[in-house]
Amino acid sequence: MSPLPHYGRGDTSLDTPHGSTVKRYFGRKLLVYLATLFLAVSVDWLVPRFMPGNPIQILVARANLKAESAKMLYGHYMQAFGLDLPIWKQYLNFWNALFRGDLGISVWLFPRPVLQIIMDAVPFSLALMLPAILLSWLAGNWFGAFAARSRRLDNTLLPVSYVLTSTPYMWLGILMAWLFGIVLRIFPFSGAYDFGMMMHWSWAFAWSALQHWFLPFISLFLVMFGGWAIGMRNMIIYELESDYAHYLQAVGAPTSLIRRYAFRNAMLPQITGLALQLGVIVAGQLVTEIVFAYPGVGYLILQAIQNHDLFLLQGCFLFVIFGVLIANFVIDIAYVLVDPRTRTGMQGTG
Amino acid sequence: MAVFKQKNEIVYFAVQNAKLRVGLLVVCLMVLLAIIGPMLTDRQPREFVAPGPLPPSSEYWFGTTSFGEDVYTQFVHGLRATFIVGLLGGGLGTLLGVLIGFTAGYRGGIVDEILNMFTNIVLVVPSLVVLIIVVAYLDVRGFLFESVFIGCFAWPWVARAVRAQTFSLRNRDFVDLARLSGMKPWRIIATEIAPNMLSYLLLASILQFGGAILTAAALDFIGLGPTNAVSLGLMMNHAVIYGALLLGMWWWFIPPGLAITTIVGALYVTNVGLDEAFNPKLREM
Repeated sequence: MSPLPHYGRGDTSLDTPHGSTVKRYFGRKLLVYLATLFLAVSVDWLVPRFMPGNPIQILVARANLKAESAKMLYGHYMQAFGLDLPIWKQYLNFWNALFRGDLGISVWLFPRPVLQIIMDAVPFSLALMLPAILLSWLAGNWFGAFAARSRRLDNTLLPVSYVLTSTPYMWLGILMAWLFGIVLRIFPFSGAYDFGMMMHWSWAFAWSALQHWFLPFISLFLVMFGGWAIGMRNMIIYELESDYAHYLQAVGAPTSLIRRYAFRNAMLPQITGLALQLGVIVAGQLVTEIVFAYPGVGYLILQAIQNHDLFLLQGCFLFVIFGVLIANFVIDIAYVLVDPRTRTGMQGTG
Repeated sequence: MAVFKQKNEIVYFAVQNAKLRVGLLVVCLMVLLAIIGPMLTDRQPREFVAPGPLPPSSEYWFGTTSFGEDVYTQFVHGLRATFIVGLLGGGLGTLLGVLIGFTAGYRGGIVDEILNMFTNIVLVVPSLVVLIIVVAYLDVRGFLFESVFIGCFAWPWVARAVRAQTFSLRNRDFVDLARLSGMKPWRIIATEIAPNMLSYLLLASILQFGGAILTAAALDFIGLGPTNAVSLGLMMNHAVIYGALLLGMWWWFIPPGLAITTIVGALYVTNVGLDEAFNPKLREM
């Protein structure tokens, strides 16, 4: 779980499609995804059942009843949450409910369904995450490619990138919130829109949402940017020292052409790197949302922990897993589309 | 003789490399601070020593928290914890990655298929979220526990790289020769294959060290770190939830984050310096 893209030297060529046909490649990937999903859902199912701190007890205690009625209520809730059935039946029911899109009912915000609560949070997380990932990836690669073997940029941009990529996400978030939110008062630093506002479509609301969005976005963007820039810079240097680059140099090809080839080759590991980094990015997103009290899935996870709402925690975890698997799948497809070697594979000659 | 000369060359380039020197120096200074720092104060990290929040002064070097705890004392104890978690978590991550990578790469076949599948699964799962789920199980947690869990999820990329390199090394002539002469597999790996990727293993362990520190900081920040001690992540957590930002108590939240950034950054710079010393192609011309 290192924030640096740390491939190089033969790592990335392994699970990539040009060793085998595209069909086999996707078959294997699908198998990994399915196995991951199965394991993740199973672990997730275990959580509220075997964790200390019985969630039903908490729910009952909140009602403040006399002992006898509390007992009855307990039995009622156990039945309502399906916790009185045999274990294997509970497990099957869990899968069954999952396929129907039913993630259970929240204990903290009882009786709201977990799925509904999460769906309210997802747009905020995506609005923060997608632009931060894509823009930092593009900008980082672009700057990194320029910095490679250029002494001036290498000496200025690179140290900055190292500092950025070593910064814990939450600390950069804290600094941003403090500097721009409290000392300079340029941006709001808490929530996703003004407290006085309701969610509705208007220019005033959109402007408020944009202002609230900016600080968490920029702190995510900056930390990720550093990592991509360093990764690209290193990859380009490896490429410029490879045989084809030396050969092109020897036959007198212009530097810009060699660098263009190097860039295209260095791109592929950076795409794999994006897939490898997803876990770290999710973690960064989580703590950033907590710092800015931004009402996304990460903030919801914190609330679920603090309120011992294991069903909500369970639902959030499933959502994150689904999201990461989908993102991985998209990256796999992007890799196949970008890599020219796999295109010949698709024509059946691979 | 050839080996001796090559080693000399690496040492020469290592000493010449400014990145390596600066990075190592900073890391060493931080280690020194972690060792000596707690000896300079007789206060306890969670002890209430001042009436309330105070800015840094000669009495309280880094100021005090809202409750009158000494920030300096918390900081140096947290620094110690950071290095311990980095060493244990990063060490375990490297060890697991190396063992699994060697086994998969050297044995090949069905063992490789299974291990590779396992590696890819752990790689896909967002580890911090799993950690949250697992860590929330336990009411009392220590540094050892945190480190073990971080190590258990940090190994996949090391395993992948080690497997790939073992794959390319295992069919070389000198490995065949060792096999023909009846050497046991683990001896072949230890004496014939591992020495050829020693530089990579060193670099990987440094990155694991830094990664473990960052993961631990994130866990502590969410409030799922060790329950019986202070850590740098927990300091940031407290600073945020007790309103240090609004109250402008910068001395509370700047030192812990700055220390983590400095340590991890210095580790990365050391890493690049070492890489340049080991790899002739990367040296500045």
